[in-house]
Amino acid sequence: MLLALVLIPILAALAILGGAKPRQAALAAALLNAALGVFAALQSKAGFWDFSLQVLAKPDITLSLGFYDGMSVVMLLLSVIVTLAAILSGKAPVGREKLYYSSSLLIAAGAIGAFVATDLFFFYAFHELALIPTFLMIGMLGRGEDRKATAWKITIYLGFGSLVLLAGLVWLASATGSYSIPKMIENATASPIDPAAQKSIAAFLIVGFGILVSLFPFHSWAAPAYASAPAPTTMLHAGVLKKFGLYGLLRLAIPLVPEGMQAWITPLCVLLLGNILWVGFVTIWQKRLDTLLGNSSVMHMGYIFLAIAALAASPANELAKPAAVLLMFAHGISIAMAFGLADRIERTTGTLDLDQLGGLAKSAPKLAFLFGLVTMASIGLPGLANFAGEVMVFISSFAPGSYDAAKGLGPVQITCILAIWGVVISAVYGLRAFRKVFQGPSNGRTAAVPDLTLCDRAPALLLAVVLLAVGIFPKLLLSLL
Amino acid sequence: MPAYYLEALTVALGILLLMLEAFGPAQDKRLVGFTAAFGLAIIFIFNFFAIGPDQAAEGKAWATWPLWDFYQFDSTARFYKGFALLCTALVVLMSLDYRAILSKYTDHPGTESATGEYYALPVFACAGMMWMASATDLLGAFVALELVTITFYILVAFLRRNLGSLEAGVKYLILGALSTGFLVYGIAWIYGATGTMNLAEIGEKVATMGDTTYALFGTALILVAMAFKIGAVPMQVWIPDVYQGAPTPTTAFLSVGSKAAGFVLLLRFLDPLLQEGSPIRGQVLMILGLIAAATLLVGNLAAMGQTNFKRLLAYSSIAHAGFLVLAIAAWAPASSTDPGSIATVGFYLATYLVMTLAAFFILAQVRIQSESEEIDAFNGLGKRSPLLALGLTILMAAMAGVPLTAGFIGKFFVFSLAVHAGLWWGVGIAFIGAAAGFYYYFKLIRAMWWMEPAADAKPITLPTISRAAVATLVLATLILGIYPKPILWLLS
Repeated sequence: MLLALVLIPILAALAILGGAKPRQAALAAALLNAALGVFAALQSKAGFWDFSLQVLAKPDITLSLGFYDGMSVVMLLLSVIVTLAAILSGKAPVGREKLYYSSSLLIAAGAIGAFVATDLFFFYAFHELALIPTFLMIGMLGRGEDRKATAWKITIYLGFGSLVLLAGLVWLASATGSYSIPKMIENATASPIDPAAQKSIAAFLIVGFGILVSLFPFHSWAAPAYASAPAPTTMLHAGVLKKFGLYGLLRLAIPLVPEGMQAWITPLCVLLLGNILWVGFVTIWQKRLDTLLGNSSVMHMGYIFLAIAALAASPANELAKPAAVLLMFAHGISIAMAFGLADRIERTTGTLDLDQLGGLAKSAPKLAFLFGLVTMASIGLPGLANFAGEVMVFISSFAPGSYDAAKGLGPVQITCILAIWGVVISAVYGLRAFRKVFQGPSNGRTAAVPDLTLCDRAPALLLAVVLLAVGIFPKLLLSLL
Repeated sequence: MPAYYLEALTVALGILLLMLEAFGPAQDKRLVGFTAAFGLAIIFIFNFFAIGPDQAAEGKAWATWPLWDFYQFDSTARFYKGFALLCTALVVLMSLDYRAILSKYTDHPGTESATGEYYALPVFACAGMMWMASATDLLGAFVALELVTITFYILVAFLRRNLGSLEAGVKYLILGALSTGFLVYGIAWIYGATGTMNLAEIGEKVATMGDTTYALFGTALILVAMAFKIGAVPMQVWIPDVYQGAPTPTTAFLSVGSKAAGFVLLLRFLDPLLQEGSPIRGQVLMILGLIAAATLLVGNLAAMGQTNFKRLLAYSSIAHAGFLVLAIAAWAPASSTDPGSIATVGFYLATYLVMTLAAFFILAQVRIQSESEEIDAFNGLGKRSPLLALGLTILMAAMAGVPLTAGFIGKFFVFSLAVHAGLWWGVGIAFIGAAAGFYYYFKLIRAMWWMEPAADAKPITLPTISRAAVATLVLATLILGIYPKPILWLLS
């Protein structure tokens, strides 16, 4: 049944290439997928979701899809919601609609496939399926002078990251003797992998997944790529696809190579502080809204890595995994919404340069309200989903049993204390950006900007409702886990 | 049907084609080409019904002929015979669409006079490749290999009024003759050391041998000679120039058919020597490992700087040879969980055939229609001919080893073999190679989609045959990437 969720976007993309009306077909597929996704979330325990088809007998590789645990359900939900919003808010350049919508759908299909695959081979393969259209979209339909250089950079960077990851995954499969993720976890629990091998595998996984998630210092592809990609691509990549790396660490690295992960906690903590503090400061000094949002997205990855580090430090930590998943979801929704609105600002004013904007709140109050909301969400205002996630991450680093009070604080706790300063940094750049864009005197560019029409509002409202709902009732999601 | 009928039929087909060339229409050689492709297709079907002596009905005289001391028929032979037939048929089809260039360099430019041989010669080469797949004896293998090589001397230099083709022909001839020398010398050493030319017996003799120095020396010489056929270090230097200069269908044939035939012979030769307990197993694996590492590095790193697509494919063919040799260097027999080295090589070659021939089909047409083989010639192809560009994108992604394409699964098998064998440095180098591959294959994708087309660039339209072939091969690339079972079934 889950196969349908992967096939619908692919078939719609093919139909578009074959001549179907691009926007209508893409919207229909995204709506259908969203409906199916919500249904899947409600009925995730039902048996009919699983799908399996053996494609290769030796070694045993099976196209198997299923909900291994609640994390897959949440990620699926995130994928379908962001896909719907991305397709809704996208505005294809005239003449390129086919490419625009079919690529977006393929990215969505790949992301969904990766999150519900329970076979290592397809877990990896689906992610790659999503990457290729991402590269093409940035190179062909991207904005800005140096979009080609940017696209080339992200292609090589992520291609390299995928290969490092592949090396780690092949090693992992060879060490556990299976390609089926449930079977791998079973085998590794029964007879743990040799500690020395664990350490090397963990290094491969952290670097491989880390490059894909823009872990400091492998993050430099992210902000320029998001700034130059067309809006739906940015929304899908920053919102959904990038979470693949975090998902992978939680799904594979933590249960399969726990000792290996433990060995790397201190370096991982240093790197994630790089994400939060270093990139945070970089974000403050951005002069354009799109690079600012791109950098902020890199920065926020640090919190999720913090939860992963906490989980690696004490696998018994019951709070860390739900915290990470919740924050992944919240961040995905909020960054997609922010990029969608930023795209709209650029379409109407022709610029995203912070110094050339100002006073938009007067001409476009609804836009200002929604952007304000998402800025607050990303700062971590209570009542919005990100807050719930961030607080849970911070608490989880101090969860009972995660450190020995007699010996003092461990690296994770120290990192957490420093990471909390990230909230301040977020507030500085978030509020500064909001002030520069929406407040102050309006100028020639911004005075006559039309406000959001209902059509423009729909995707942002959809995401805002999700942010609020999960922010007020985090249990909506947490009960799935 | 006894298996040797296949070679006999292929040679008969070749002779029939020469007759057609001599007595058929003087100006229009399409008949020769279509007859060749059709005949090869028929023999391809016969291949599935061929049997060896072990399956012969009781009392059949042919099953006891001494022929079977020179010739064997098993699943590997069937696979590689089918491979050679399919590859040749596709190359002949490619040549049919390449007529425009062929007729440019005839005695009477613009006519097709005397170009019929271009369709007949590959059929003879095919017979040689098919025999190589069945070789059990070094002498028979040598004759088959020379049949292939000598045919290629002509095919490479076929455009004899074109300097590039002529230069390629001379280079190929000189290095080919050199490698033949190595081969004969190696066979002589092996014969001297073991007293036999039968491959299975060589393995038995080596296993019980006291001093293996001479056998090992002979083996090393033969490996060098085989490196010429498969395009591996240290005999890879001819590849870029010859590939670039030769007519494109010949290049395709060289890089797929000739390479695959080289590999099956290599496997036939090495299989007895690499059995558990063979005294020279460790040394041979080490030589293979060195060859694999050097080939991977040379092929992949040199490919990065290329600006000519045909030359890029030449280096990429070296790089693929590196991956294939790595699969042999990580020697493993088939087991219940792993396909083993022999099946991995077969699988990789099958996917390589699909991707490479499709790329050459496209390259041949780009060469004809835009008079250039540079990567620049592909600039903006995404705007000019979107479907063709999409197909080539899939092919390049497959060659780079992007998942869900056939190319990935081949590389995946090689990597997992190497990991199982504990060849960590080999894995590391293959990894560098794959990363470099990602870079240079994507250069083409970048040119097609991101670069602006030249002002006078026209859309590229494929003629019917090429279009059908490319569409089929691209689809096969995708289908085999998701469902690779059929090839493994053919291999077992």
